[in-house]
Amino acid sequence: MKLVFEKGMNLSEVEVIRHYSTLSKLNFGVDFGFYPLGSCTMKYNPKINEDMAKLEGFTLLHPLQPVSTAQGALELMHNLEKMLCEICGFERFSLQPAAGANGELTGIMIIQAYFRKKRENRSKILVPDSAHGTNPASVSVCGFEAVEIKSDKDGNIDLGELKEKMTEDVAGIMITNPNTLGLFDQNILEVCKIVHEKGGLVYGDGANMNAMLGICKPKELGIDVMHLNLHKSFATPHGGGGPGSGPVGVIKELVEFLPIPLIEKKGEEYVFNYENENSIGKLRSFYGNFGVMVKAYTYLKAIGAEGIREVAEIAVLNANYLKEKLKKHYNLPFDRVCQHEFVLDDSKMPNGVTTNDIAKRLMDYGFHPPTVYFPLIVHGALMIEPTETETKETLDEFANAMIKIKEEAEKNPEIVKGAPHSTPVKRLDAVKAAREPNLRWKP
Amino acid sequence: MRFIPHSDKEKEEMLKEAGVATINELFKDIPKEVFLKEELGIGKGLSEIELKKHIEELAAKSKSAKQLKLFLGAGCYNHFIPSTVSAITGRSEFYTAYTPYQPEISQGMLQAIYEWQSYICMLTEMDLANASMYDGASATAEAMMMVVHATKRKKVLFAKELNPEYRAVLQTYANSSNLELKEVALEELEKEIGDNTACLIVQNPNYLGKVEELKAISEQVQGKGAALVVAIAEALSLGFLDTPGNYGADIVAMDVQSFGNPMGFGGPAAGVIACKDKFKRHIPGRLVGKTVDSEGKEGFVLTLQAREQHIRREKASCNICSNQALCALAATVYLATVGEKGLKEIAKQNNENAKYLAEKLNGTDIELETENFFNEFVVKTQGAKQLQEKLLKKGFVFGYALDEERVLVTATELNSKDEIDELIEAIGELK
Repeated sequence: MKLVFEKGMNLSEVEVIRHYSTLSKLNFGVDFGFYPLGSCTMKYNPKINEDMAKLEGFTLLHPLQPVSTAQGALELMHNLEKMLCEICGFERFSLQPAAGANGELTGIMIIQAYFRKKRENRSKILVPDSAHGTNPASVSVCGFEAVEIKSDKDGNIDLGELKEKMTEDVAGIMITNPNTLGLFDQNILEVCKIVHEKGGLVYGDGANMNAMLGICKPKELGIDVMHLNLHKSFATPHGGGGPGSGPVGVIKELVEFLPIPLIEKKGEEYVFNYENENSIGKLRSFYGNFGVMVKAYTYLKAIGAEGIREVAEIAVLNANYLKEKLKKHYNLPFDRVCQHEFVLDDSKMPNGVTTNDIAKRLMDYGFHPPTVYFPLIVHGALMIEPTETETKETLDEFANAMIKIKEEAEKNPEIVKGAPHSTPVKRLDAVKAAREPNLRWKP
Repeated sequence: MRFIPHSDKEKEEMLKEAGVATINELFKDIPKEVFLKEELGIGKGLSEIELKKHIEELAAKSKSAKQLKLFLGAGCYNHFIPSTVSAITGRSEFYTAYTPYQPEISQGMLQAIYEWQSYICMLTEMDLANASMYDGASATAEAMMMVVHATKRKKVLFAKELNPEYRAVLQTYANSSNLELKEVALEELEKEIGDNTACLIVQNPNYLGKVEELKAISEQVQGKGAALVVAIAEALSLGFLDTPGNYGADIVAMDVQSFGNPMGFGGPAAGVIACKDKFKRHIPGRLVGKTVDSEGKEGFVLTLQAREQHIRREKASCNICSNQALCALAATVYLATVGEKGLKEIAKQNNENAKYLAEKLNGTDIELETENFFNEFVVKTQGAKQLQEKLLKKGFVFGYALDEERVLVTATELNSKDEIDELIEAIGELK
């Protein structure tokens, strides 16, 4: 499609609206179908969240207007923080981080500040091979060395290797639990104990929190600092790549390091508290992606205590149901009860059909593909997360499409290898894009 | 619960297929001692009627820019947003999508981001721009990290009239990475800049509203092998001022809230990094590139991902993954809507309103401190905070107090001459 500039630099309103409305039709969102992108928790985003976030009492507030005139916003943030603390068992949350990776950065800086204050020189952080993709980067941008810990044959963290590598120069471990195989680590209490006994801290990557909502509290597992993704478990839309929100929760001993400001209630008034003694400072301007917080708060108030547990229960039921249907046709490298997601691979596919081919062919059947080739520990991984908002009927249709693709791979592999056939463009040349970068239009 | 579609019968059938009798059996890996037996203390769920009432009541507890007359900026600006913006960002093809990892079904967002990158390049006269950062402050910090990695130098200078939010974020990053971060007065730059300096960061217009003259500074900085990073908190100024590319910037770190994103109590909006070609392999964040499909048809993909955290992992210099795509889309639609002429006109209106405000304030006993400003400036008056409090009672938010006697005051296209006259009248009544 023509670029907007090719139509002119001073367009009429109708030209602008037609251009971007037409572009939107080339895009696939949750509102249009099943989106089982593993570890991204693409659940339905309730419409009331959008309406509430658009209220002028939220959108038309200036972050520096007198606090006395912004009490509703502070109250909402305060309430949201309290709810997140209760869900996770933590003492306090900072709502400032703008996304999951920004939360990771915050958390690792908090760990760094904790050991600097204790004058302990710890230069490494352990990262299991089943952790999220951004974890090693978050560790290294703060100047730590990321040390990989292997998974054992059941998909848990290898305790032998953990004991060996958890030495006095290790600041802690970054755990994703349930991990990217969709498995709840069966030795989680032992893992945290081993790290704590050597004076280390446990960071929890909360991207997979959907499976634990109302089921167990991360702090009780032994996690000391953790980020949540409001744009995953808490039903705020992902916006085609953002904005997200990645609040960071901590145990009591780490509150002094949280970013400033914190929100406090003094009598009947809500205030910003900039006096956090050993705070790491600020990760971004002002208070975070406030509009995203409004949506997450609205969601939590809608589902309540009884609903939040049901979210986790049905998310896990949907994943296990789909896993059992598909494991008869696809290889399931870790055959255990899963949590919110599970990982298949392409090792049983005939005629050289790969995970990428399966992903592309799924588009022809009207589905967004799962996460592919991640986690790296499973060769040709297909990471499938259905979430709780999908009907049994949708799961059945998806399973049938997957089974059909397997049959096609046997009888007519070219149709799978040449997929997608029904999309606005065919497979795109990524090598050309990288070798001859064309990153902008030039007049 | 209304967001879960399963009937009891369906649940039974699914449990059977999953090979368990109860849902709790699916949680058998969770240690018994931590398995919650009681409901969380977050209250009962509300019906949609109750919920709407509750949230609307919360919203009503604050005073919006509709109820207050804002003369406040300082890094977040109250601009008009055309209705085209929400018409497009409200389309769920865009807002309910994830990051465009699968390009064949994400061409809409990918093309929009390519257009955004192009707009940012045109506005700044830089060679390339990324798909967005969290905001201007974090973009500036990431620009600093980018130059530190590219030059392997660990000293960073910033001009002292820098927005305190930006300064705070720079300090957080510098502390973590053990960088030497130093404030400098531009006239004393020669004393501080050396062969170990990675970059000089200058906000333009600066925090006090002044438009900086940076041509000579850029030559001075580049003469030492360092980079000039220009931080822009008020993107609309680009419709009025010389471009960073023209005065020699190497990197631009910008906040684009002013383009189609509401103030929203400080977020979400978007930041962006744009740079010269020589930093192409160091720019953080996502990039969209144009390519062709297997039949030669043009299309767009995320590209140069080898720079990114999920491939380089342990070697990454930035960990950003999710960015602010929808806010960047809002900015893109804003720019397409107002067009080249409109942007210049809006920017000019801002400047005219600010000049009118400055002139009128000068007529009271308030002293103007900033010369050569775009849409905000500093004024001096005894008892500034008391004046602000009194004006607030009359419905005016009179700028942001920098100290006991200095206030940073802003006027945008939304502060009409009438509103400015009302403010002056109110000040007159109080004095």
